[in-house]
Amino acid sequence: MTDATTDVTTDAAVPLVELDGVSKHYGNVRALEGVSLEVHPGEITCVLGDNGAGKSTLIKIVAGLHQHDAGTFRIEGDEVRLGSPRDALNRGIATVYQDLAVVSLMPVWRNFFLGSEPTKGAGPFKRLDVRTMRETTHAALLRMGIDLRDVDQPIGTLSGGERQCVAIARAVHFGAKVLVLDEPTAALGVKQSGVVLKYVAAARDAGLGVVLITHNPHHAYLVGDRFVLLKRGAMAGSHAKADIALEELTRQMAGGSELEELSHELRRAPAPADAPGD
Amino acid sequence: MTAGAAATADERLLRQGRARRLLGRPELGAVVGAAAVFVFFSVVAETFLQASSLSTVMYASSTIGIMAVPVALLMIGGEFDLSTGVMVTSSALVSSMFSYQMTANVWVGVGVSLLVTLAIGFFNGFMLTRTKLPSFIITLGTFLMLTGLNLGFTKLVSGTVSTKTIGDMEGFPSARAVFASHVTVGGVDLQVTILWWLGLVAVATWILLRTRVGNWIFAVGGNADAARAVGVPVNRTKIGLYMAVAFCAWISGQHLLMSYDVVQSGEGVGNEFLYIIAAVIGGCLMTGGYGSAIGSAVGAFIFGMTSKGIVYAQWNPDWFKFFLGAMLLLATLLNAWVRKRAEANS
Repeated sequence: MTDATTDVTTDAAVPLVELDGVSKHYGNVRALEGVSLEVHPGEITCVLGDNGAGKSTLIKIVAGLHQHDAGTFRIEGDEVRLGSPRDALNRGIATVYQDLAVVSLMPVWRNFFLGSEPTKGAGPFKRLDVRTMRETTHAALLRMGIDLRDVDQPIGTLSGGERQCVAIARAVHFGAKVLVLDEPTAALGVKQSGVVLKYVAAARDAGLGVVLITHNPHHAYLVGDRFVLLKRGAMAGSHAKADIALEELTRQMAGGSELEELSHELRRAPAPADAPGD
Repeated sequence: MTAGAAATADERLLRQGRARRLLGRPELGAVVGAAAVFVFFSVVAETFLQASSLSTVMYASSTIGIMAVPVALLMIGGEFDLSTGVMVTSSALVSSMFSYQMTANVWVGVGVSLLVTLAIGFFNGFMLTRTKLPSFIITLGTFLMLTGLNLGFTKLVSGTVSTKTIGDMEGFPSARAVFASHVTVGGVDLQVTILWWLGLVAVATWILLRTRVGNWIFAVGGNADAARAVGVPVNRTKIGLYMAVAFCAWISGQHLLMSYDVVQSGEGVGNEFLYIIAAVIGGCLMTGGYGSAIGSAVGAFIFGMTSKGIVYAQWNPDWFKFFLGAMLLLATLLNAWVRKRAEANS
């Protein structure tokens, strides 16, 4: 990752995804203002920010759910305006949402191929290639280290971490070039977060460019190569890993002086009368 | 739910996967309910088990079942349609009045009716996907508009509340053969609608379980946002489902017309609930994402057995609706109970 910090002016370093001064307004609400970021193959770009910082808006623009109002959005050098998630997928951008990733009641194998189902036969006899779908799902998950004996079980019966992994395995299997992950570790325990981060790293090693959206600087710092900080819809900083330490990232992420003020307030607060309810 | 607890629960699920799969079929509760209703009427009504009685029961089941199939698909896709009952009548009225007024071959009217009915289905789906209003409201609007149109338009054209007879018109015999004839199989007289019904159940089951569209139907009902995010054409799937409902309403409407050769414009009101009830008894979740076409057929069969069984048991028909309601409620409760047990076992 030596070229991660170098200036990208050479042809060899055209980013997979490049946002330059991108803005988005909802009516008179400024959701995103002048945000820039780059995603390179084999690298993880982390987007950090608190609630309401504009992370969701950013992800929706990259995923093709919303269109930006100003600035430029380039995919492999081409300026684009994505009209739909299908557009984004066709250009190799796969997005894994925190809670929208899967249809809980459907079996794992149907979820795995949802939207890109392989078929066999022709005309009215064109049908799902169920055997291939089952076997491929099992094999693709096994490669990611998940051994499901029964790919027929509803995906809702899997744990949160496993569901994220299925979604990541799906994106890798369908040849995504850019993987966008929305808060993949937000609802998970420590151990499962570790498992998910391992697969994020595995996707990076497979040569994908990864955008990791999170509000956890510790998780971000473990795997990230670049860090973009968002605050109230605007850029609050952009750093390569070599230029910033975890402590500084955490401090900036938490809002620096605001955090100091908060700790000051908390120190002076009286001890609570009783423990919080069960 | 902690990560640890989920992992343990997952291990247990894996071991009992097969038993769970068998018990977890959506139509299981309905099959148990149907067996109970069947045994009940076999005991209380002597004539219930005769072949001719069963043929009558099957016919009654098929008239509901033909519509219950697409209604079940629509419910799996997460939506309702309250306009189905009167849409059947509209379809029959259009067919009959077009043929009579234009003095055209009956088949021309049948074709025009297909286009008009599909357009109504498209309207429902288009309004739903465009306005994002609940399907309950959209189709309630369509229901009322069609009810008014059926009566108003028929009176305007025919001067009375029913259409003119088309029984002596060109093409009627062949149209009747397709939509309202009888076939004798092994000495038993069977209505052709039974074949339409079973055929539709087979096609719908094939579509649901073995085609891309089927995968999409489950997905848009289970989690429309997730489906959209992976590139499923959610709006097209929903509009398609409403048009499938319209297509079956067209079949039912043509049967209604060809059985008698005239149509009463006020018919059909209230039938939409029978179709929905059949689908729900058959295991469709009211919230979408789960159900089966075969289940809707079993649900329709329960309806057929109940409505005719009361006649064969020689009960006072004044009580018909009460028994019908009680039977349907019991069957649904049994269905829910069986499903709960099946889930608890896993």
